[in-house]
Amino acid sequence: MIKESMGRRAFYGINAVVLFLIAVICLVPILHVIALSFSGSSAVMAGQVTLWPVKPTLASYNILMQRSDFFDSFKMSLFRVLLGTAVNLVLIMLTAYPLSKNKNQFHGRTVYAWYLIITIIFSGGLIPTYMVVRQMGLINSIWALILPGAVPVWNTVLMMNFYRNLPREIEESAFIDGADHLVVLIKLYVPLSAPAVATVALFSIVGHWNSWFDGLIYLNTPSMYPLQTFLYMIGTAVTQGSTTTENVEYMREISDRTLRSAQIVIAMVPVLAAYPFLQKYFTKGIVMGSVKG
Amino acid sequence: MMKAQRAASVRRKKKINWKLESPLHIMMLPSVILLAIFCYYPMYGNVMAFQNFNPGLGFTHSPWAGLKYFRTLFALPDIGQVFFNTVFLASSKLICGTICSIVLALLLNEVRSSLYRRTIQTVVYMPYFLSWVILGSIFTSMLDSDGLVNQVIMMLGGEPIFFLGDNGWFRFILVATDVWKGMGFGTVVYLAAITGIDPTLYEAAVMDGAGRMKQTWHVTLPGMMPIIALTAMLNLGNLMNAGFDQVFNMYNTLVMESADIIDTLVYRLGMVSAKFSLATAVGLLKSVISMVLIATSYILAYKFADYRVF
Repeated sequence: MIKESMGRRAFYGINAVVLFLIAVICLVPILHVIALSFSGSSAVMAGQVTLWPVKPTLASYNILMQRSDFFDSFKMSLFRVLLGTAVNLVLIMLTAYPLSKNKNQFHGRTVYAWYLIITIIFSGGLIPTYMVVRQMGLINSIWALILPGAVPVWNTVLMMNFYRNLPREIEESAFIDGADHLVVLIKLYVPLSAPAVATVALFSIVGHWNSWFDGLIYLNTPSMYPLQTFLYMIGTAVTQGSTTTENVEYMREISDRTLRSAQIVIAMVPVLAAYPFLQKYFTKGIVMGSVKG
Repeated sequence: MMKAQRAASVRRKKKINWKLESPLHIMMLPSVILLAIFCYYPMYGNVMAFQNFNPGLGFTHSPWAGLKYFRTLFALPDIGQVFFNTVFLASSKLICGTICSIVLALLLNEVRSSLYRRTIQTVVYMPYFLSWVILGSIFTSMLDSDGLVNQVIMMLGGEPIFFLGDNGWFRFILVATDVWKGMGFGTVVYLAAITGIDPTLYEAAVMDGAGRMKQTWHVTLPGMMPIIALTAMLNLGNLMNAGFDQVFNMYNTLVMESADIIDTLVYRLGMVSAKFSLATAVGLLKSVISMVLIATSYILAYKFADYRVF
């Protein structure tokens, strides 16, 4: 083996250091908020907290445990994620399957494809969409957060491309055995497309978990707010109305900033905990889904 | 006999086998209905830009107002600035984001330890999965006059900077934090392109005496060019999307001049001031410009990169 030159080794070393610094830059804001959430309020007020907790305490988390509004929102978000992801996945699979057929197997394909493309090209816009949701009687209903985005067109395209790359022989032999389209989809396509399902599921979960704007405009009962809408509200309205006497007592113990940081940390945890496990699937899913069959 | 069979099969091909194809139509039905209600009906709902819209009367019965609201729209004092901000922020983010992602993908490609590489990837993807509600809150507190960033600046002997109240700085902050969030995830597609490069090209380059730098410059980058060109063309369609979530969660009254974009203006006009028709007129103008941009980007991508959505 040829010995590597000094220059080459220096290059690898510098590259590793540069990447390390980039990773640190990505982590600093996240570490900062985690440190704030575990720090004593006096240290936070004095601006002593950087990337690790000062005068570590669980006080803000203890307060959060007693705040029912926070946990209502948390539960609402979980429910929304489950329902929304289920609806998205079913519709993506149902839509992607016929579109993965060629024009001779499915004669309406071109028309349906244009029907979907037009929704990407032209958007109805915020106000008309709001008026439609209102007219449908969905204001203050969880369906207002689920149905308007129930058919994610890009994820459908990703799934469709994945289906197109599956070997044709599989479905042909199933058809000879007398299976129909729905059976082929459920028994063959869905199990074979695990990376693509993991990818679109991840996007759905993260999308629903992170959505806040639809909750803000479509819901008018604060107890129904998903977590991110709740966080937006306490960020701007700084806990209007919830400053009851018992809260004032807590406020003495803990500055608002630490409490807010604790809420942010709890809101980050589910997503940050889930995606590294799905990482190998989603990179594969994205790549395979974007290759034309 | 053979001829007759072939003729029959040709005839059969032309005729649609409904028994075989009708389940496919039924599968499409739920999506078709949902898109009709929540995408196509709102498209039609844009007629309210030409009406004195009254929520009680709906799209169909509100009285017509002609082009009144478009005249009002163009007379809005800040409308030019808002359009400029939208395009300026969107294009700055797209250009900076693309360049950073490409450079980061090239750096990642040069890491030899796959464990180190995967760890870095996991970390740099992370910001992409966080919402702007969370990040807006973190960044506004970090960039505050007594926030972490200014503490560091003062520790190094500098003067504190009013990031969130200075129009020049705020633009920079919006672009930088957006690049920060999307840069890592943006590498996925470029890394895939690098993986797809024919390894014999590298062998040939080594034979010709090319070092690492020259290989990157003469093999890797040209190999990524089709994807880079494609993403650049498709990005054209996003020129009117300056990032509502981010701006809405980070801006304040001091930086309206640099940060107010079409989407935030539509929100304030429509949802806060209840000027439904005027807000729709602004939104419709944006949608129409976007439509032209997206259609152009798809036509370009189809012509030059053989790209098709479906």
